[in-house]
Amino acid sequence: MLPKVLTDIFHPPQTPGVLAVFGHLDAAVDAIGRLKAGGHGEALTVYSPIPRHELENALDHPTSPVRMWTLIGGITGCGIGAWLTLYMSYDWPVVVGGKPVGSILPYVIIMFEMTVLFGALTTILGLILNALLASRHQGTIAYDPRFTNDKFGIFVRCTPDQAGPLEGLLKGSGAEEVRRA
Amino acid sequence: MADTTATTSTSATRLTYDFVTRAIARTLGNPGKGYYLLLAAAVSLLSVGIVCLLFILRYGLGLAGYAHPVYWAVYITCFVFWVGIAHSGTLISAILYLFRSGWRTAVYRTAEAMTVFAVMTAGLFPLIHIGRQWYFYWLIPYPNERGLWPNFKSPLIWDEFAIGTYFTVSTVFLIMGLIPDIAAVRDVATGWRRKLYAMTGLGWRGTNEQWRHYTRAYLYLAALATPLVLSVHSVVSWDFAMAIVPGWHATLFAPYFVAGAIYSGVALVITLLVPIRRLFHLEDIITVRHFENLAKLCLFTGLIVSFSYVTENFVAWFGGNADERAGFWFRAFGSFWWASWTMNICNGLLPWLLWFKKIRTNITGLFVISIFVNIGMWFERFVIIVVSLAGEPYEHWANGGYNPTWADWGIMAGSFGWFFMWFLLFVKNFPAVSISEVKEVLPPPKLAKGRVA
Repeated sequence: MLPKVLTDIFHPPQTPGVLAVFGHLDAAVDAIGRLKAGGHGEALTVYSPIPRHELENALDHPTSPVRMWTLIGGITGCGIGAWLTLYMSYDWPVVVGGKPVGSILPYVIIMFEMTVLFGALTTILGLILNALLASRHQGTIAYDPRFTNDKFGIFVRCTPDQAGPLEGLLKGSGAEEVRRA
Repeated sequence: MADTTATTSTSATRLTYDFVTRAIARTLGNPGKGYYLLLAAAVSLLSVGIVCLLFILRYGLGLAGYAHPVYWAVYITCFVFWVGIAHSGTLISAILYLFRSGWRTAVYRTAEAMTVFAVMTAGLFPLIHIGRQWYFYWLIPYPNERGLWPNFKSPLIWDEFAIGTYFTVSTVFLIMGLIPDIAAVRDVATGWRRKLYAMTGLGWRGTNEQWRHYTRAYLYLAALATPLVLSVHSVVSWDFAMAIVPGWHATLFAPYFVAGAIYSGVALVITLLVPIRRLFHLEDIITVRHFENLAKLCLFTGLIVSFSYVTENFVAWFGGNADERAGFWFRAFGSFWWASWTMNICNGLLPWLLWFKKIRTNITGLFVISIFVNIGMWFERFVIIVVSLAGEPYEHWANGGYNPTWADWGIMAGSFGWFFMWFLLFVKNFPAVSISEVKEVLPPPKLAKGRVA
């Protein structure tokens, strides 16, 4: 339906791999440990209905770069607040209440509000871009609707000949269901 | 014996992840007659407000009963009231999040939605107040085009920034919290709702990468929203405190307003949660413990408010300024004594009932108290704004007699209709309780205890 360029972007071909469904958190953590030991750490995607520290610790990924977006956005907002108030005051200087044309103290309030506004918006932007980049990186991978309800899931990207041993490994860790995708 | 064991274990394990998803997804189904009655009441109130507003548009602000020097009256009172209502939402969603209070998970979505709709309602009032709504954009500060020359030393401009930022950030916070929950209901929904949630869920699947960025972003948003919420009502209070009207010009105003805002907001959360819990059968998720904790917050902030009343009156007397003393005497015994005493009784005395555990755990009792608290808080703003202006001593001979008119009351009623309409539509169409966060405070399903560190 879509031109090929768009299809490549929005519907990348299915990534081959193995999808396991876990009913228990500790079984999923156990499987992550075994997969990492088996050299599949890079090919893993873990699904969970809620964020859990156990999963985070098992995966041991670096802290999200979203915080840099917050910092840069906040500083930018503060700068824009300062520029807006000071530039506009000196652009058409009107003395109000005998106070200096550029009065820093009341402008701090506006700088503060702009810090929060820009900080919050860039945080969201950072979240969206980082999550999008991550999903681009993963490609189209298998999913199960139970993962937003009460099941944990692990998808391992692999070639068809690796799938057999991986299925064994996942079942051995306590997966309720394992399928090839 | 076997039966008893079975029952006990059912009630203990009742709150599973699956139970939470289904119980909350059920709120999106047919809510029954009670819901539609409430919605119809809200829409009728709103139409009363719209009719009054149309009259004001046609015949001008003369209908609003202004009399010198009372030119800030019911509309500004409603503005401050609704901005205040908004504050408990961010308190519960951001500040209690940073404090890691587990109980907030069941109530924060309602509070947050309330925040967004309350700011939406508040935002209407400056527009109604200016009289010529089609010039509203004159309020927005932008580089000196068309000779606007915004005065950044004016608290009204600070307000513009504070309210604008607050509305944006609280909306973003609400939407962000909704995404994993919309995905959860998407995966159990059918028909057109599934399509709606598939679009609004933005492709959420709960992958480790999504959670990694999401949890960080949520933390930083909460960290930004925390000082924001304290700043917004401080800035609103400076709209008054920066002026020299007796009864306004006090350094106490910022903390006094913030405490009052949270007090009224928490009370409205209670008022809203009681019918929602009943209508949508959420008794297992929103329990008496949640109401008791809300009542404690109410008690705490209510005591700060009472203390502020005492301080305010004491300083007026102790400060020895004749105008200030006269202003406070007028407040208590002047022509608006009824407003002041409604405020004192509802806000100063009523919260003391919450010291009793019996009252804190009685949901009907809390519902009634919460309504009176909000009546009291509306009158607090009325007393601060209208009564202080009406008692202004500077040109006593020129003071007219102000009284709110039918147009004022109609527009005020309309604002309640507007707020409740949005709120009711929200709880029916989106998860009114956070699915993922309620699950977070439950013990996760595990094969063996202690196997995971």
